[in-house]
Amino acid sequence: MKKRDPISKKVRALSPSGIRKYFDLIAGLDGVISLGVGEPDFVTPWHICEAGIWALEKGDTAYTSNYGLIELREEIARYLESRYNLTYDPREELLVTVGVSEGLDLAIRAVTDPGDEIIIPEPTYVSYKACTNLAGGIDVPVPSSARDGFQMRASEIQRRITPRTKAILLGYPNNPTGAIMEREELAKIARLAQKHDLTVISDEVYERLTYGVEHASIVPLPGMRHRSILLGGFSKSYAMTGWRIGYAAANADIIESMVKIHQYTMLCASVIAQRAALEALRNGDPQVQEMVAEYDQRRRIIVKGFNDIGLTCFEPRGAFYAFPSIKITGLSSDDFAEKLLKEEKVVVIPGSAFGKSGEGHIRCCYATSMDEIEEALERIGRFVKKHRASR
Amino acid sequence: MDKLTQVLKILEEDARKTPQQISTMTGIPLEQVKKAVKQAERDRIIFKYKAVVNWERVKDDLVTALVEVKLMPQRDVGFDAIAERIYRFPEARTVYLLSGTYDLLVLVTGRTMHEVAAFTSSKLATIDGVQGTVTHFLLKRYKEDGEILLGEARRKKREPFMI
Repeated sequence: MKKRDPISKKVRALSPSGIRKYFDLIAGLDGVISLGVGEPDFVTPWHICEAGIWALEKGDTAYTSNYGLIELREEIARYLESRYNLTYDPREELLVTVGVSEGLDLAIRAVTDPGDEIIIPEPTYVSYKACTNLAGGIDVPVPSSARDGFQMRASEIQRRITPRTKAILLGYPNNPTGAIMEREELAKIARLAQKHDLTVISDEVYERLTYGVEHASIVPLPGMRHRSILLGGFSKSYAMTGWRIGYAAANADIIESMVKIHQYTMLCASVIAQRAALEALRNGDPQVQEMVAEYDQRRRIIVKGFNDIGLTCFEPRGAFYAFPSIKITGLSSDDFAEKLLKEEKVVVIPGSAFGKSGEGHIRCCYATSMDEIEEALERIGRFVKKHRASR
Repeated sequence: MDKLTQVLKILEEDARKTPQQISTMTGIPLEQVKKAVKQAERDRIIFKYKAVVNWERVKDDLVTALVEVKLMPQRDVGFDAIAERIYRFPEARTVYLLSGTYDLLVLVTGRTMHEVAAFTSSKLATIDGVQGTVTHFLLKRYKEDGEILLGEARRKKREPFMI
């Protein structure tokens, strides 16, 4: 009898992340500089850790409400009110999630029927496609380019809308490009969403990390509050990646639907992480500003560094990634990344891992020490000199 | 943060940063950076450039003591004159005037405990106006000037690849 595949077809079809082979390549290598990380190099500020530790010492170890601690939801509501002038009822319109990652998954699963189309940016965070596919939906990538500062153009979205389009998923400031969306373009996308009755899921995990420009969200724009799911987090702003804590804000109907899934799967986010997040929101602002100022200095150095080497880099105004073009070498981004690791022991992530429009670019995270950035630039400079494509 | 403070903070963290690097990091035009640094040096806002050496990692490390000095204020003289007599000694690395149960805090360094004790008793305590001293030997530095001096740099461990 033919052996049955224990794994579901849907999961088999999920593309593995395009970087598995690098784990093997890096094994046993010494003196590697990694620009391939995806998180702050800062440790969570101590007062936030202290709040978590204190909660443990007090014996705060039980489940919380599925929605999350009410004090945390109230604090999040206050935050969104002062930041965007948006009012959310802490009891019904906010959900504390296990990182923005879970919020994303819940949002997608709550709105997607099998065969529904979800519009996503390209290049973009790989989870968008994966979560859409897992929910039985079809991802519709909208390519963007350096010419547009890797913004999603409303005109490009419009061309791809069909009767099966259900939602638009925005992730700005963007991983991997560092792009931000300008208010004018967001307004155009908002009009599209209203015209075609689409839900907008806005992943704003990097919203505190912008440089020289205020973060613009689509949610406060006219007509958008009740058709948007705003996802926010603590990982990147407060260096709390390992804590796994975030939140979703939407109207009661959507949140209730997300909670339905959440209560059957996660139950609630970690109570310790929730206590820490509360402290972060209440008192963490000065440290956030310090970290952002630090990122900004590194951003300027790395962008200038790439441009000086010949790897044209558009100016990223959000997140902590630079996305330079490697066209000058004539190599594919995968080739470039592999050779760079082998020859100069620098890790970068090939742009192609984030979608077709990422080809010809590499993602470089500058959430690392200035010394490492400068050393990495030196090594990459050597590598580019060696591999310049002959004309 | 105003421009001068930005420049000073960068140099305070790493004095080897060139004006070009500072200009790139802050967006302040190169000429302005050079001018600000020169002026700060002239005004002694930038006092000195030096490497901060962790002597405990060097084989022949020094012995350091924190010495509390109680003074008898002298007519027409006050604390400053006595403080100057103390800080002119190269062994007195740091001299502070403090409020509280004693008046001066002096950091004394020497090659051995004996050397430090000898300095304190024969040179420091004998100064006219010094009422008494209490010596505390420094056993271990945990943190200095905002820098944590652990045995091995405790760098945050991160996944080298994370999409």
